[in-house]
Amino acid sequence: MTSVEFDEVSAEDVSRHFGRRRAVSRMTFRASRGTILGLLGPNGAGKSTLLAMLATLLRPSSGTIRYGTLGTSSGPALRERIGVLGHDLFLYPELTARENLAFFAGLYGIADTNARARAALERAGLDNRSEDPVSSFSRGMRQRVALERALIHDPRLALLDEPFTGLDDASTGALVSRLKMLRDTGAIVILATHDLDLAEGLLDHALFLRDGRIVEAMTAPDALRSTYRSVIGR
Amino acid sequence: MLRAILLIVRKDLTVEVRSRELAYTTLFFAVSCVLVFAFSLVQEGRAAEGVGAGVLWMAIMFAGNLALGRTFERERQSETLRALMLVPAPRPAVYLGKLTGIVLLLAITEAVLVPLVALLFESALLSHPFWLASVVATGTVGFAAVGTLFAAMLVRARSRDVLLPVLLYPITVPVLIAGVRATVAIAQPEFEVDVVRFWLMLLIAFDIVFITLALWTFEPVMTD
Amino acid sequence: MPKWFQPTTLLCAALFAISPFVIANAPYESTMGLVQKVFYYHMPSAWVFLTASVICGSASARFLATGNPRHDRTALAAAEMAVLFGLLTLVTGPLWARKAWGTWWIWDARITSSLVGWMIAWAYLILRQYGGPGSEKLAAGLALFGTANVPFIYVSVNYWRTIHPATTVVPKLPFSMGFPLLFCLAAFYLLMFLLMKLRTRVAEQQARLDAIYLSLDEQA
Repeated sequence: MTSVEFDEVSAEDVSRHFGRRRAVSRMTFRASRGTILGLLGPNGAGKSTLLAMLATLLRPSSGTIRYGTLGTSSGPALRERIGVLGHDLFLYPELTARENLAFFAGLYGIADTNARARAALERAGLDNRSEDPVSSFSRGMRQRVALERALIHDPRLALLDEPFTGLDDASTGALVSRLKMLRDTGAIVILATHDLDLAEGLLDHALFLRDGRIVEAMTAPDALRSTYRSVIGR
Repeated sequence: MLRAILLIVRKDLTVEVRSRELAYTTLFFAVSCVLVFAFSLVQEGRAAEGVGAGVLWMAIMFAGNLALGRTFERERQSETLRALMLVPAPRPAVYLGKLTGIVLLLAITEAVLVPLVALLFESALLSHPFWLASVVATGTVGFAAVGTLFAAMLVRARSRDVLLPVLLYPITVPVLIAGVRATVAIAQPEFEVDVVRFWLMLLIAFDIVFITLALWTFEPVMTD
Repeated sequence: MPKWFQPTTLLCAALFAISPFVIANAPYESTMGLVQKVFYYHMPSAWVFLTASVICGSASARFLATGNPRHDRTALAAAEMAVLFGLLTLVTGPLWARKAWGTWWIWDARITSSLVGWMIAWAYLILRQYGGPGSEKLAAGLALFGTANVPFIYVSVNYWRTIHPATTVVPKLPFSMGFPLLFCLAAFYLLMFLLMKLRTRVAEQQARLDAIYLSLDEQA
């Protein structure tokens, strides 16, 4: 399968409604290679819906999403370059950490799935638990495995929904440096988070969302908390 | 595509072997069904004529319904079905992978059911094993083909547990009729090959049409 | 509502009002007598049921292919017609059968196939009602499967009772495809058409209302 490459992700006037509820309302933005874009906002602001649309899981009700010059109809080739860490972790509890990673690695077309799985587990600091079923892991450990699963195929676009949930300090630090490394290798990272302090040192750009709309966009953001409060007001 | 299907099947088998939940519960449920039917239908110690075939297929359909629901309930935990929709493989591969898993599970169940029914209902089911196996196999594939699509599409719907049989049973009426009639013909003392062949052809046609239809509709129906 | 709706409704009502007289004047069928008159309502109902099912199936296919909500509204209305007229068929049939042959129900090919088809239409409505959001597409899938199933249902039910080509249990009636039948057919088809128009319009208004809600939300 010829793989596709793209240098940026753009959303143009994108909306999505469910019946009468408008989850995302006319969002326009752009994210380029080698940047980390943060989606900040309260629950129900539309972060998860937007991420789902960027992941090609949901179709926008109106507007277009483009990956470079490609639209979402590029199908399988496009999906190969996207990695998603969802709210639910996308892991099979009965399988071991290694099996979970190897399974998805195989589905993403990687040849030596076991080696890749082991390397990923090492990065996550879980190689001593690789043969244990995921159901025996704590939330934080599962989150780490889930992150590795999302990134196992070196995606060009990484979409992360609340990746810091349940992580302790050490893991959080590891995740931050992992994301920075990802950015430095030229990936586009878009993450939704509640954790403003963490986001402060991490984000290159930030979008503040409220009620499905972008209310503020910042580049090289700082003083996130005060901006958040003034813009979101809660 | 083939690799994706094999990976999914292998994953399902691994999960199943670990927990064995699905195999045991489906098997037990199927056997309980047979017992329930036995108590309802056996009068004065003898089963009514030809009832064995009906009991077999009813048990298959009820147990199959349960297995389908449980298989996709598992994928609903941690939303792994969504993760499968995200992989680069063509989406119908997910359908075929799950279909293969269900058919294997039902095959194991039937391997126990057939001799059990033959025994309890004094039915000569096993007199022509090749024909019986063909009929049961094609019938199971037809039932599972429709069932896998419906169960997958209901994964995110409300009331999915009760909706699956509501949708599945009317659509699989031809499978039931063909299966039962063919099985009855097999169990009869004078074996009529033509009858069995007719129903077998019907089942094969059903399988081809509905697997094709499912492959076409899987992606549009599963994406929002 | 379009201008022609009211006059057409009046016409349809008139047709139905006149129909008992037309039927009463129809040739008196010798073997079954008065009861046979039910046939003039039974057969058009059956035809409308069949037509509605076909409309539902094709609209569902178009909806799945294009995603245009108009097809979805048509499919929904057609499914409701199918359930309504199917019910009418399945009720008038046994009424007739009881008087004519002494039994309420016969497992013959047509009746049984109709029953199964009717249940599929009903399942469609249940799915739309209870399936939660996004059930329009799922129901369209069901409708497609149901339509594809029609030949299979018919063949399997037909050969179910005996492998030999069924000498139909329901004897072929010598009905004259005469005026009374055409009259009732016209009345029933007109009724179906009007009801579908009404139903799709209601659905359309609902969709427009939703769109207004959404655009208001935008301005806020």
